[in-house]
Amino acid sequence: MSLLEVDDIEVRYGAIRALKGISFHVEEGEVVALLGANGAGKTTTQKTVSGMMRPSLGEIRFDGERIDGLPAHDLINLGICHVPEGRRVFPLMSVAENLEMGAFRFKRPDPQLLARCFEMFPRLKEREHQYAGTLSGGEQQMLAIARALMGKPRLLLLDEPSMGLAPLIVRQIFDIVREINSTGVTVLIVEQNAAQALGLANRGYVLETGEMVLSGTGKELLADDRIRAAYLGEEITT
Amino acid sequence: MHPVQDFLNFLILGLTRGSLYALIALGYTLVYGVLQLINFAHSEVFMSGAFGSYLVVNSVVEDGSRPPWYGVLAVIILGLTSGGLVGAGVAWCLERVAYRPLRRRGAPKLAFLISAIGASFFLSQLFGKLFNRLNNNNFPSFFDQNKHVVQIGGVYITLMQAIIMVSALIMMVFLDSLVSRTKLGRSIRAVAEDAPTAALMGVNIDKTISRTFVIGGFLGGAAGYLYGSALFFSNTMGFIPGVKAFAAAVLGGIGNIRGAMLGGLLLGVVEATVPTAPWYKPGWIGIEWTDVVAFLVLVLVLVVRPTGILGERLGRAA
Repeated sequence: MSLLEVDDIEVRYGAIRALKGISFHVEEGEVVALLGANGAGKTTTQKTVSGMMRPSLGEIRFDGERIDGLPAHDLINLGICHVPEGRRVFPLMSVAENLEMGAFRFKRPDPQLLARCFEMFPRLKEREHQYAGTLSGGEQQMLAIARALMGKPRLLLLDEPSMGLAPLIVRQIFDIVREINSTGVTVLIVEQNAAQALGLANRGYVLETGEMVLSGTGKELLADDRIRAAYLGEEITT
Repeated sequence: MHPVQDFLNFLILGLTRGSLYALIALGYTLVYGVLQLINFAHSEVFMSGAFGSYLVVNSVVEDGSRPPWYGVLAVIILGLTSGGLVGAGVAWCLERVAYRPLRRRGAPKLAFLISAIGASFFLSQLFGKLFNRLNNNNFPSFFDQNKHVVQIGGVYITLMQAIIMVSALIMMVFLDSLVSRTKLGRSIRAVAEDAPTAALMGVNIDKTISRTFVIGGFLGGAAGYLYGSALFFSNTMGFIPGVKAFAAAVLGGIGNIRGAMLGGLLLGVVEATVPTAPWYKPGWIGIEWTDVVAFLVLVLVLVVRPTGILGERLGRAA
């Protein structure tokens, strides 16, 4: 049984079908990448898994249980933690308060976990009492990831963690994602940066205008001509 | 004539009124924070607090009874609590009946406004029907409200003024630490800043909105008790203080909790002192200019700072 099974889901924004029946699965302990161009439906897929959106058709199962249609605030109690697109830290709360929000589902934040987050992101420790809105983009991304970790995820959903960040920071973030995965957290990552994502992922899926067009292991996809042409074009020429 | 002494007495009057405006303004600002919506029926929450607390207070003391000081204190606490609870209850129902169904259907802002105005008329008329439509109901008088508790020369603070200021201060300090330090407060701020992300953290948005109405309703209802005891109460009493408190919330920066407190106090002080300031010749302008000054100040502040004095932010003054 897979940890996450998505079975032929359709999601609509009014009359527009953003997802036209896609299926995939994520095994416990894996890193799975969702790739595709802007508007392909990657973010919508993640939002549907985390309960921010409801599918109009299809089923989502987590640990074998139906979870489609459940609200986001219930899904986090199963250990589905979502780092949304654009980081979405709470700008008028301090770094420490943002981390406490991440542990909202618990009575109080786990102090050991908090210490580990600060160890993983020493920058956040330095800025513990600063408003999150005053952090740089990279620091906000680190905070968003640390905040999700405070919720003790079984499945971590990462939506474009590299967006708008300098290459050095992107590398740091991917290293940390690898480290998080090595502690047993399953990761479903959405990326435009296909090379980076596939370097990390066990498997990947490619979405195009709401449909799944390709899937395979990270290596297979990296070697696939269509992928190289569509998503790695720039990196081949440079 | 003692112009300075008069000025100081009017200043105290202004702080007293301002404390009430601040308590009511908090209800507007809290709800605005989580829903980006002005709850125009909040003035009726205030009014229902006055009626609710009257029913309770009138059943334990009668006009002219003179309980010892601890009895007076107990009745006042009872009045504040009962007014607050009735206000909280009315605010809770209001959210359930007048707002939540609209929110579920994704109604436009205008629909919320109409719903609020409808609810406001409904409550005002309902209380008129249930009780009476007199405009000068009074609480039983069971202690000397005008006793001077502090007197320095000709400047004094009466007992009722002290009760209003102290209880408002206690409630505001309590609210401020509730919002900035507790988990409930954090969830309210999270919903105000970014509701979908708050839900991802496990915050139940509907519950948080309900709780926000309840907290704001409690403060408004308790203010209704204080106002009713100091002056009078009626089914239409909510309108003017409601509008002033709304103005105070906007003045401080709507959605900003400390802004509402500051805006309320400032509005109360300005409207009481400006028309009576010592540099005016007696009889030139006077307290009949109170409302004119209050709204003139509001307009002037908004021209200079459209987002209010502390800006439109929920949570700490940023």
